[in-house]
Amino acid sequence: MRLWRWIVCLMPGLLSAGEWSGYAELQGRYFPQDAAYENQSDHLISLAFQPEYYQRWDKGNQSLLVVPFFRWDSEDKERTHADIRELIWTYAGNRWEAQAGIGKVFWGVTEALHLVDTINQTDLVENPDGEQKLGQPLIKLSLERDWGILDFYTLIGFRERTFPGEEGRLRSHPPVDQDHAEYESDREERHLDFALRWSHYIGDWDIGLAHFNGTSRDPLFIPRISNRGEIKLMPYYEQMRQTSLDLQATKGDWLWKLEAIHRSIDSGSYNAATGGFEYTLVGIADTDMDLGLLGEYLYDDRGDEATTPFQNDIFVGFRLTANDVDGSELLAGVIKDMDESSWMFNLEASRRIGSDWKTSAQIRLWSDIAEQDPLYSMRRDDYAELTLTRFF
Amino acid sequence: MKLSLILATLLLTPAVTLAMTAEERGLEIAKEVDSRDTGFHDFKASMTMLLKNRHGEESLRDMRNQTLEVEGDGDKTLVVFDEPRDVKGTALLSFSHKVGDDDQWLYLPALKRVKRIASRNKSGPFMGSEFAYEDISSQEVEKYTYKFIEESEHDGIASYLVERYPVDPNSGYTRQQMWVDKARYIPIKIDYYDRKNVLLKTLVFRGYQQYLDQYWRADEMFMENHQTGKSTLLTWKQYDFRSGLTDADFNKNSLKRAR
Repeated sequence: MRLWRWIVCLMPGLLSAGEWSGYAELQGRYFPQDAAYENQSDHLISLAFQPEYYQRWDKGNQSLLVVPFFRWDSEDKERTHADIRELIWTYAGNRWEAQAGIGKVFWGVTEALHLVDTINQTDLVENPDGEQKLGQPLIKLSLERDWGILDFYTLIGFRERTFPGEEGRLRSHPPVDQDHAEYESDREERHLDFALRWSHYIGDWDIGLAHFNGTSRDPLFIPRISNRGEIKLMPYYEQMRQTSLDLQATKGDWLWKLEAIHRSIDSGSYNAATGGFEYTLVGIADTDMDLGLLGEYLYDDRGDEATTPFQNDIFVGFRLTANDVDGSELLAGVIKDMDESSWMFNLEASRRIGSDWKTSAQIRLWSDIAEQDPLYSMRRDDYAELTLTRFF
Repeated sequence: MKLSLILATLLLTPAVTLAMTAEERGLEIAKEVDSRDTGFHDFKASMTMLLKNRHGEESLRDMRNQTLEVEGDGDKTLVVFDEPRDVKGTALLSFSHKVGDDDQWLYLPALKRVKRIASRNKSGPFMGSEFAYEDISSQEVEKYTYKFIEESEHDGIASYLVERYPVDPNSGYTRQQMWVDKARYIPIKIDYYDRKNVLLKTLVFRGYQQYLDQYWRADEMFMENHQTGKSTLLTWKQYDFRSGLTDADFNKNSLKRAR
């Protein structure tokens, strides 16, 4: 009976036509150094396709968004993958909002690392920067009040992180076991996670406070001998409680940013923080170009025991925005480990061609990576990437 | 008694006007422009920008605008981009203020990220067009000081020529010359002078239409850059005044929903 009412409610929406958009992209990557491990190739060609269906009804109060994603990769069969990025129904009430389905949520303010962002799992095969995310099944209720926005999340089911396969570059050594994962919770990937977030702005200040209780998105790795007698790393997902703060002060041409977390897990509780600034020079050298200077400090109080490479690191970079017709942009930066010799260089550039096409380039370099650094297995995986995207 | 008061008022008015300084008269005109455009509450409209460079190459921007009037402060605005395709769904929420920097948040749909952005950058081009942010943001009286220059005729319309000087030191202009229609108190042309006090751009308002029997809006705003030869034609369509927008339509949730 109840289901029937739901269908009746949704019918008018499904009958009137929605709108299609999306993109298709062709990507090439070249790795100039010899691979560190057998079977890894020195280049790849890849195709991706992400259509998007959107429909709004009930005077715009209700909407449905469907975003599937597909990628084919010439070298790594693990990178050939599909996902439902979003399949979400939204109801916008008066000063409240409800969402149900598969969604994507971003929390945070800093650039070098996103500590606070915890709802979605990382789609790591997409890009080693971890910015691409898998869709997360969720139910969300949001209250919009004078004292800020309060979001309640129930996260139904867990997504395992994706990892490059054995033929792929940018992978761990030994490789991750793609078929087995273990969980602290007996309910494994069916564990219900909960999250609560309050966000508000007061004058120049934007603040977010959140608490998460559920399966950690960051696995630990346990070496195991596989059925075929190979050593593999098996992901182990712990239960965690995390309290986080994200803060930004917007003072003229200066942005001051801070993200801090306290995470309680079985393997030991810890604190981590990323903080820094972005300063923008407007209209440099009598042009329309803006130059942003970025600096951030990345800290994790586990020090050498940290599961992340960013325990005591400095990030410096710049962002050049041309403000031209083609929307040309360039972002470049270095992350330097203050305890070890390791450093990483990263460059991202893009520009539009006409109104439907875009080209983007990426260069990532890893240098003098210390043996004890989690990035050690990627020490020979410097690469240059070129992508051509067609939007429709 | 009453009659003599009226007579006295009538007799004194021209004298009062004459006694005003050019600055006072300029401010008075700006206030009248503002007060005649007060009380619309809110509107929705779609905007198209046709960008042209000196070689005649064209580029198109499509966006939708929602504006809410805020009593005693600058307007709240939400702009959603439809074209070019790579920025489709990107949205900009602005709370403008009579004094000080505006508050601005940018929503990036690919990352689902809302970014508070530095709004001091007023002089930068808006989406690569010839319009700077300060040209299209809420025009508050307090954002300038004024000077009345002369009464003149522009394009056959009797106008006041008023010069205005941005209060904000981060403005890209030293001064602007604005021709205001004497009868309707609406701007019909603005000349922008850059930081070196050289004529930079001219904005011409065309095709004014009246909404709700009071509020004049130009169908077209044509901005020409004299120094680069580039131009932008901004076309406004589908104006919908008092469409029922409220404060709740201008927060971070509605910014993410906007698309």
